[in-house]
Amino acid sequence: MSGNWIEVCAVEDIDEEDVMRFDHQGRTFAVYRSPDDEFFATDGLCTHEQVHLADGLVMDEIIECPKHNGRFNYKTGQAKGAPVCVNLATYPVKVEDGAVFISI
Amino acid sequence: MTHFVIVGAGECGARAAFALREKGFDGEITLIGSESLAPYERPPLSKAVDGGTAWPKFIAEPERYAASGIRLLTGVTVEDVDPEAKAVTLSDGSSITYDRLLLATGARARAFPGIAESSKHIRALRTHADAEALRNAMMPGKHIVIIGGGFIGLELAATARVLGTEVTVLEGLERVLKRGVPEEVAGAICERHLLEGVDIRCGVAITAMAEEGSKAIIHLADSDTISADLVLVGIGATPNTELAARAGLQIDNGIAVDEFLRSSAPDVYAAGDCCSFPLAIYGGRRVRLESWRNAQEQGALAAANMMGLGEAVSAVPWFWSDQYDVTLQIAGLAEGAVQHLRRDLGDGAFILFHLDQAGRLLAASGIGRGNVVARDIRLAEMLIAARAHPDPAALVASSVKLKSLLAA
Repeated sequence: MSGNWIEVCAVEDIDEEDVMRFDHQGRTFAVYRSPDDEFFATDGLCTHEQVHLADGLVMDEIIECPKHNGRFNYKTGQAKGAPVCVNLATYPVKVEDGAVFISI
Repeated sequence: MTHFVIVGAGECGARAAFALREKGFDGEITLIGSESLAPYERPPLSKAVDGGTAWPKFIAEPERYAASGIRLLTGVTVEDVDPEAKAVTLSDGSSITYDRLLLATGARARAFPGIAESSKHIRALRTHADAEALRNAMMPGKHIVIIGGGFIGLELAATARVLGTEVTVLEGLERVLKRGVPEEVAGAICERHLLEGVDIRCGVAITAMAEEGSKAIIHLADSDTISADLVLVGIGATPNTELAARAGLQIDNGIAVDEFLRSSAPDVYAAGDCCSFPLAIYGGRRVRLESWRNAQEQGALAAANMMGLGEAVSAVPWFWSDQYDVTLQIAGLAEGAVQHLRRDLGDGAFILFHLDQAGRLLAASGIGRGNVVARDIRLAEMLIAARAHPDPAALVASSVKLKSLLAA
């Protein structure tokens, strides 16, 4: 994990227990703020069909795909059962001076 | 060793087979399908798919069946079930005994009266082979006539337009999507089709239809005649209950099952499009659903109950449709609603909340570009499951997060 740190947004741009889409150099990511106020990042598209997860619902540590309700744990990327069976890639996140950064 | 047999290798049957393994069932599993392909997803068959999408889109990679200890038999039909002997007879003459049986036989496209199923230019859509034939006819310079302005018909209309095909939709009722979609939402979809150049004609009666050379000719009651390169009949589906009926199982708009998906015969379960079941959240009303998610969820639920886990149906019905870049989503069943509240989400997207006399949320219907309505429909689904009576003012104010109503 020696990638560059990329600034995503300000901390207050994402509500607690919510998600935001972040596009960077032709790639798309989903950045999450958990109910206990930690930040996480995964690939932006569901592994079932090419759907942006940021339109989905965050409940606790689960992101649910807006299209077919595929569920992932966004902290680990783990797929939680049908219709999704392939895990999501996750990326390191840090918060500095009120801003959120991901390493990709 | 305990042997569970699943008849029907569509969404429901395949999900049931994998769910048995995920829940720890260690007996034998046999999954029997009449099509030659391994189980695949049907929703993409009618929708515009981009070049990057697998076609067919398998539910699981074919090698995963053997790897999961699931014996998959394809291209085989089950001819008879004997609930006394606990055995099924296959079209190849062989017989298989079971300890528990799941009927996931699905539904088939309703045929247009008087038209042979093998008609080359008059077709229905249910299988991958059907979809291939339809795709081959979708190109500039061709004219497709779609009979029936339901989900299948309108999704195919959109797909055909995207591929440059001229499209006419003939609907017998006074508007499209009459079954299950509120007029305001159907109107928004209809407008989009008109903008895309689809010729939608409602309230038309077809008096005759015939193949003439490489064309199909449709005669309308108003004496108009339409010539088409292909006619797609999308006038609904019929549950495949014949096998169950022959075995003496109770039929009631589908194979009748209880809330644990048990049929009237011991150790025989039914799930998905082929069965009718009581829905507790709507007072135990018996319904039959034709939807991808229901097939998937009931497959998993049947698996749990075949293993004796005793899980009752509790899911809120949920449907979606993709047409052009627009998605429609519906959660719940709106029958009995007296109040319809609109929440606008911007860019033409909106959600209707359907409430009964007492203010209980029964259903929500949303339409918008991409997945803009998805999150609120999902939250509405949770409110419906909780039998909530949400504050009407909060429902219409898009500034109020629906999530905040869940905790209330």
